[in-house]
Amino acid sequence: MKVGGENGVCACVGRGGGKQRPSARNGATCLWFGLGGAGLYLWWMIYGRLSAFSRFVTYRVLPVQPETHLGSALEFFFYDTPKVMMLLLLVVFGVGIVRSFFTPEKTRDVLSGKSEFIGNILAALLGIVTPFCSCSAVPLFIGFVTAGVPLGVTFSFLISAPMVNEIALGLLYGLVGWKVAALYMGTGLAIAIISGWVIGRLHLERYIEDWVSELDGGSAQDEKQRLTWRARIIYGRDAVREIVGRIWIYVLLGIAVGAGIHGYVPESFMASIMGKGAWWSVPLAVVIGVPMYSNAAGIIPVVEALLGKGAALGTVLAFMMSVIALSMPEMVILRKVLKPRLIAAFIGVVGGGILLVGYLFNVVI
Amino acid sequence: MEIKVLGAGCPKCKHAEKVVREAVEASGVDTQVEKVTDMMEIARYGVFGTPAVVIDGDVKCVGKVPKKEDVIGWIK
Repeated sequence: MKVGGENGVCACVGRGGGKQRPSARNGATCLWFGLGGAGLYLWWMIYGRLSAFSRFVTYRVLPVQPETHLGSALEFFFYDTPKVMMLLLLVVFGVGIVRSFFTPEKTRDVLSGKSEFIGNILAALLGIVTPFCSCSAVPLFIGFVTAGVPLGVTFSFLISAPMVNEIALGLLYGLVGWKVAALYMGTGLAIAIISGWVIGRLHLERYIEDWVSELDGGSAQDEKQRLTWRARIIYGRDAVREIVGRIWIYVLLGIAVGAGIHGYVPESFMASIMGKGAWWSVPLAVVIGVPMYSNAAGIIPVVEALLGKGAALGTVLAFMMSVIALSMPEMVILRKVLKPRLIAAFIGVVGGGILLVGYLFNVVI
Repeated sequence: MEIKVLGAGCPKCKHAEKVVREAVEASGVDTQVEKVTDMMEIARYGVFGTPAVVIDGDVKCVGKVPKKEDVIGWIK
């Protein structure tokens, strides 16, 4: 909660705009850093006590017995809810600051002159940090393609942008640990790079809707402006307000599902359906995951609970990736610029990549 | 004056339209706000993201919900 509070101060200071004298601005900046430091300290102190808090609420405030299904589910819920919310505030704010350094226009300029394979790698990396929402997929696609970014490179970007979700990455790091977070990022990038490269090799340009090629490229507006740190912090604050305001319901739902799994699903049952032994569990996870539409942040508490119950890592990663990377609404939007065969190739290549990752980790780990 | 809000209908786009309408009302300028949802038409403006605000053919803001004060500034 502290992050939001200290930003309230920034907003008031920010109103002054560029009219302030430099000394006054430095004073304000110092104040921010002081408040930011204090806020972080408080954040850390609270964060370390969440486990005790959840046990207190579950077994003292509520009339619930320890060692019961209900108790274990509620403990998970009261532990994860404040923890995920606190992580979200910090991660979204930090990501907001990082993203203020990138714009889709700059990304396009970087990508438009690159050779295919290097372009695929760069596109996948930039897909992580460039601010982009899936409803902008079509204008962005057109902007890239008409500016001469190769189709496969454009797809690397479009695959990586939702797949390697930086908020999911932050939550995964906080809830499950750095190893799984790193595996998620590494394999997500690999799928985006290779899938984009494969789509480029397939030469599917003729399956872009005809009206796109009739547009003249290069008319994109470029907002050239240097942001001050103040503006970046405000950008981060706005990101917190906008993103947390939109996704908190998905997150709560995700935690509730995770709590249900944690409290009620027996480990032996989980091992039998999502364990390494069941060869069909990876494709099943993908088939269930694709039509599911959840925010990336909402799926992480479910992932945490599944892994805790002994589900195989590859299966869980495949499930998570298919939920967030291949979503029906995005396909419907993309259908406006892509003919069905290109959409099919897109789903096929990415789905295949996810399957491969799932099997690979189930075999290796 | 011709004001257009470009956006296919995501929550941000609806929010942008609301902000622009409020700004027009607050500024007292007598003009219509048009919401453009057709992808082909949006693409013709060469914008990279939605929502975007176009005033008299000039793209004023792309990929974010504008602030009401800013919109009033553009109109005047």
